[in-house]
Amino acid sequence: MSNINNIDDPMTRRDFLAKTGLATGTLLCSGLATPIEAWAQIGNSKTAATDSKLVVIFLRGAVDGLNVVVPYADPNYYAMRPRIAVAAPGQDNAACLPLSNGFGLHPALGPIYPLWQQKKLTFVLNSGSPDPTRSHFEAQDYMEIGAPGQHIITSGWLNRLLSQLPDNKSPVRALNVGSTTPRILQGKSTSATYAPSNKRRRAALDNEVVEQRFQQMYVGRADSLGAAYSEGIAARNTINEKLSNEQMMANQGALPANKFSSFGRQLGSLIRQEPKVQVGFVALGGFDTHVNQGAGKGQLANQLTTVGQGLADLVQALGPAFARTTIVVMSEFGRTARENGNGGTDHGHGNVMWVLGGNINGGRLWGKWDGLSAGRLNENRDMPVSTDYRTVVAQIIGEQMRLSQSQLNTVFPNFARTDRSLADIVV
Amino acid sequence: MTKLTLSLTLAILLSSPTPAYADNALASPNHKSEQDIIHFLNRAGFGARPGEIERVQQMGLSRYLDQQLKPNTLPEPDSVKQAILCDALDKSCIELFQKYGRANFKAGKNASEAEKKAAKKEARQNFRQIYEQTATARLVRAVDSPRQLQETLVDFWFNHFNIYHKKGLDNVWIGAYEEQAIRPYALGRFRDLLGATAHHPAMLFYLDNWQNTKAGQPQPALQNKLAGQTTSPPSAKSKFKGINENYARELMELHTLGVDGGYTQTDVQELARVLTGLGIPARGGGGGQGGLARRQRPLLGPGVMTPRAMARRAGARITEYGGDLIGLGPDGNGSKSVGEFGAYFDANRHDFGSKNVLGHRIAGSGEKEIEQVLDILAKHPSTAKHICYQLAQYYLADEPPASLVSKMSDTYLKQDGRIDKILETMFNSNEFWDPRYINAKFKSPYRFIISALRNTDSHLTDPTATAGYLRQAGMPLYGCLTPDGYKNTQDAWLNPDALLNRINIAATIGAGRYPGVTTGNITAESLADTFATRLSDQTSATVKKTPANQRVGLLLGSPEFMKY
Repeated sequence: MSNINNIDDPMTRRDFLAKTGLATGTLLCSGLATPIEAWAQIGNSKTAATDSKLVVIFLRGAVDGLNVVVPYADPNYYAMRPRIAVAAPGQDNAACLPLSNGFGLHPALGPIYPLWQQKKLTFVLNSGSPDPTRSHFEAQDYMEIGAPGQHIITSGWLNRLLSQLPDNKSPVRALNVGSTTPRILQGKSTSATYAPSNKRRRAALDNEVVEQRFQQMYVGRADSLGAAYSEGIAARNTINEKLSNEQMMANQGALPANKFSSFGRQLGSLIRQEPKVQVGFVALGGFDTHVNQGAGKGQLANQLTTVGQGLADLVQALGPAFARTTIVVMSEFGRTARENGNGGTDHGHGNVMWVLGGNINGGRLWGKWDGLSAGRLNENRDMPVSTDYRTVVAQIIGEQMRLSQSQLNTVFPNFARTDRSLADIVV
Repeated sequence: MTKLTLSLTLAILLSSPTPAYADNALASPNHKSEQDIIHFLNRAGFGARPGEIERVQQMGLSRYLDQQLKPNTLPEPDSVKQAILCDALDKSCIELFQKYGRANFKAGKNASEAEKKAAKKEARQNFRQIYEQTATARLVRAVDSPRQLQETLVDFWFNHFNIYHKKGLDNVWIGAYEEQAIRPYALGRFRDLLGATAHHPAMLFYLDNWQNTKAGQPQPALQNKLAGQTTSPPSAKSKFKGINENYARELMELHTLGVDGGYTQTDVQELARVLTGLGIPARGGGGGQGGLARRQRPLLGPGVMTPRAMARRAGARITEYGGDLIGLGPDGNGSKSVGEFGAYFDANRHDFGSKNVLGHRIAGSGEKEIEQVLDILAKHPSTAKHICYQLAQYYLADEPPASLVSKMSDTYLKQDGRIDKILETMFNSNEFWDPRYINAKFKSPYRFIISALRNTDSHLTDPTATAGYLRQAGMPLYGCLTPDGYKNTQDAWLNPDALLNRINIAATIGAGRYPGVTTGNITAESLADTFATRLSDQTSATVKKTPANQRVGLLLGSPEFMKY
């Protein structure tokens, strides 16, 4: 059934440690009550919770996961995608790069391939949101509120995660690259938003004299407006200062090819220079490839180049901070296994999540894979969701940020985390 | 000179003490102060235009409110008349589908790539056109219309019965929904408003009731591209999945009783059964490939009645007007139009078994059941409380006083849910005039920008920038994708980025550089007169130190302007 031996391994290393008592002395001495906390302890033996960072990259429009991590060893893949299949390694000048177990990476993601080789990059196959909707807006919303199918929750899970992390009072605890606060960051904790463009339009508050006047009106007020103003100005100053440092360095090199390729360098540099950043969020669009998506080259490849280069820049700019950072790339759902009549793919279900990080058990694939034969597809159409995206995120933040089960329940309410198959995804 | 005038203004604004009023507060001669009138115009509308305070002062608040409660007696300016003259607002759902919605289905399965691409492009252009017309009409009315109370109510009720403009066919029905189902009922009986939304195709589509079908029933094949279900899996094709509870649940949770309104999951299921078969025109009974999507014949032939004429003959079968409409042939399959907006009731998909909703036994009788349950819901005390709480939250305070909600609920129950009477109760209450609520509620982005334009005597010439600001502020017009609508509290809207953004916009308006508006000749003094019930020492001192040409922007970005 599974053509990847280690993907579906029910007995994980950590289970094994917990069951056999072969864990480190730290665990034995600490007298921890539950195995979950025990995992968290081990997971964080190298990293303090307070300086662990999570960056979420959301690919809006549903990226075609089967062309991101290509199951080239499965003949069904080529049968189902005569026009858009990515060639097996070495078969073509735009062939995929070998990962493991008959899977390959889309060639446009070449810039992050070295991270795979360094075991800092992995993918969780057939993962996503369990909700069956194939509507972009609904699926994105569910994924961002962290509660698929529940309309009653309005805050985003990244915001609730902030509420569970130590409040370091920094105005840039959460950095959002964009122009509006996305659902995932909406809620009680504040976040700072900045546009990824290279030239910022000058606004009134960029004028010092004008800013001084507003400061006189706002600062010192007893109400929350005064506090919001001060936080906003502080965040803006921090971002401007760090970015101008970064710009100066960058100007010595080549300028970014397009607006978005700079997201990685800017965000990485901000996180490196400002240790109080705890979470980052970037949304990239243009993945709704119904028509003419191309194979190793073409529309999707162009989009993936931006993501791949952005991620590579991000990791490079993070520098030493990468050791404490996990980057998760996700999308609202996957696409159909078969190509459609227009050389594209339609809305599907399961997808692949990408995880990069200094503490990630990478260089191997995670998740459950049943192949592409018709009987194994979801509704004879697309990929199943065998791993809930919340399992992936909870595993990462639980361990890296030392969140207790009850804290995780705040981040992902009404989510019973029973799936332990990813217990080893964090080193 | 300038300083003096400003100080004087401020002195007046700061001076009025607030006596306790009886519950007919508006009639009280005490309500003559500028502060009271500003407070009232900030709540019963989106703020005063320069000169309006004096005008209302002369006529008295009571008379002003009377006029506002009968909006149709107030003439609209040309700018409004012009903005509302558009297909998005004028046409029926059927016509809108025919003219703007069909493009999306134009390219059949066997169309070439180029044809499909062209169809998609056409559909996108159509959607944009409808959205622009709808948003322009809304914004111009909010800024220019003298029917200010009605404008606030349209904002409130649309949000209460929220739909999302980008969901499928609602791309073309968004304006019709507001114009037909919300606006005419905004000041009327709640039951009528509820009934209008329940029979509007836009709502039935948004909350999926058009798919709601008696369990185990075969279905028509309108799996539509717009709903994001581009290609259905073969197994699911041409089959509805039976009961869809979505609308039933939100009808109780959001539209009427409220989440703690005392209903159970069983009530939701039973209500969903009552609502089976209520939807949009499609070939009913599972008979073949028809429906909205495929029919190529014009929906309304030449010489066919206008939508208004159709509306007059509410309830009649659309087939009378031109025969074979939207896939509904005279095949006697039991489907017929209900209400005046183009909704259909398909008896073949209706569950005729008897139901029990909130303790009421509903005998299986077809579409009459729907009226029965809407009556029950509208009359329910939980609905009175829920609606009145929300109104009080919108018009007065994030956490409105229980005593006020209770007074309003009493009026609701005694006056058959008459919204005008409920508002009268509120405006006349002591609570409404309690100084603690004056200039204390944080503006939503919508109110912020509309009030800034009104207070500066501006008029919209191009709404693009304003719609863009709302998008950036996280409150795009018609863009709330969940049925609960936008929040109306400070918690939801006050954050550092948003505040800085507002200040930057304020400065742009103050400098006369805000795109798409013409701004009147406004001074800081006349601006302060329109909105400032009081200014803090910090604010007035800063204004006085600022060069005259920058004062307007400063005031619009002041902490006092962020609230109302």
